[in-house]
Order: sequence, then structure tokens, then C-alpha cells
Amino acid sequence: MSDNHERIRAILREHGRLSQDPSALGDNADLYQAGMTSHASVNVMLALEGEFDVEFPDHMLKRNVFESVNAIGSAIGELTQGR
Amino acid sequence: MTPRLSNLSVGIDLVQISAIAESVDRFGDRFLDRVFTPGEIEYAKASPAQFASRLSARFAAKEAVRKALRLDGVAWRDIEVVRHDDGACGIALHGTARHLARTDGSGLAVSLCHENDQAAAVVIATRDA
Repeated sequence: MSDNHERIRAILREHGRLSQDPSALGDNADLYQAGMTSHASVNVMLALEGEFDVEFPDHMLKRNVFESVNAIGSAIGELTQGR
Repeated sequence: MTPRLSNLSVGIDLVQISAIAESVDRFGDRFLDRVFTPGEIEYAKASPAQFASRLSARFAAKEAVRKALRLDGVAWRDIEVVRHDDGACGIALHGTARHLARTDGSGLAVSLCHENDQAAAVVIATRDA
């Protein structure tokens, strides 16, 4: 899981348009409060799909799915379950 | 009849046009097809010089609709900016967005603008008492 969190942080660093480096944010820190816009969250989602070879279904396009490293990690875990 | 203020809600959003252009460059059709309807893409492509600004204003409108109606868990494509015969823009809702909002979009008013590197949209929603 921690490896996934590092991969998620790398994507946030490149696409999240955060006001600070993601390595300085806790796993539960609010990414929207850290500056991530709704547009940036779309970029993050597309980059996550490429990185983890998954596709986010429409019902997962919720604000809380992308609100923290932990929340994104849980979503990736759900999408890759059984692999 | 004048709507009661308590039956009105508003949403607003501001988008950086160059950031939308960067998403198109970076993710290509994956970004376009995930966020915009075929009609929106066709309208944007009709003016290459305004391609990114038209997309940006539409992205802002979609987010403004989400804010006005407090929609979550809906596809971006399910919120569409349409153009009426007189050139004015309106909103059409599809799929889950239409279901959750209990409207096809006819109760929504939208205004779009863009200048320099910014695009913005305001949406006002009316709902029955």
C-alpha cells in the first residue's frame, strides 16, 4: 500500500497543481484544501488510470474519492481487487 | 411569476484556459471524450483559434452546474452546454445527472465568458417549491 501511496504522490506532484509538495502532506490531508481544482482532479484521474491500468467508473467520480492520498489509495485498491 | 429567492441556487467556476489546453495536449481524446460531449467537441473544433477557450468555458459551466445543484458522482459528459438557435447557451442534463437533479436542465440558466487566459461560467438553478 505504501508503494501505491508513493505512486499516487508522484502523480499528484505532476498533475495535482498543489500549493505544496505532496510529500509534505499527510495521507489524510485534504487535497482540495491544498489547492487541487476540479480540473486538476480530472488530470489526476486520467494519470492514475494510466499508472494503475484501471478505469474509474462514472459513479466513482465523486469529490471524496480524490480528496486525499488515502481516499485515492482505497479507490485504486477497489479497482485492482482480485488481480 | 417571480421565483422565490429560497428556490434559487447559484454556482460559479473559473478555469485557466492554458491548463485546459495542456490537458488536451497531454491526454488527447481521453480527456476530451471523458469530459465533453460530441456536440461540445464539434463546436469547439469549429473555431481552432478558440478551441481551448470554448472548452474551458464549457468545463467551467459543468463545474458551476455541479455546484448549483450539488451534484456528485456524475459523469462530466452528463452535463452538456448546448446552443440555442438564437446563439444563447443552455444546459442539458443526461443520465445520472438528469436523474439526481430531477430536471433535463430546463430550469438552469448559464452565462459563459472568456478573456485572456481565464474562462468563467455562472449557473442559476430554479426549483419548484
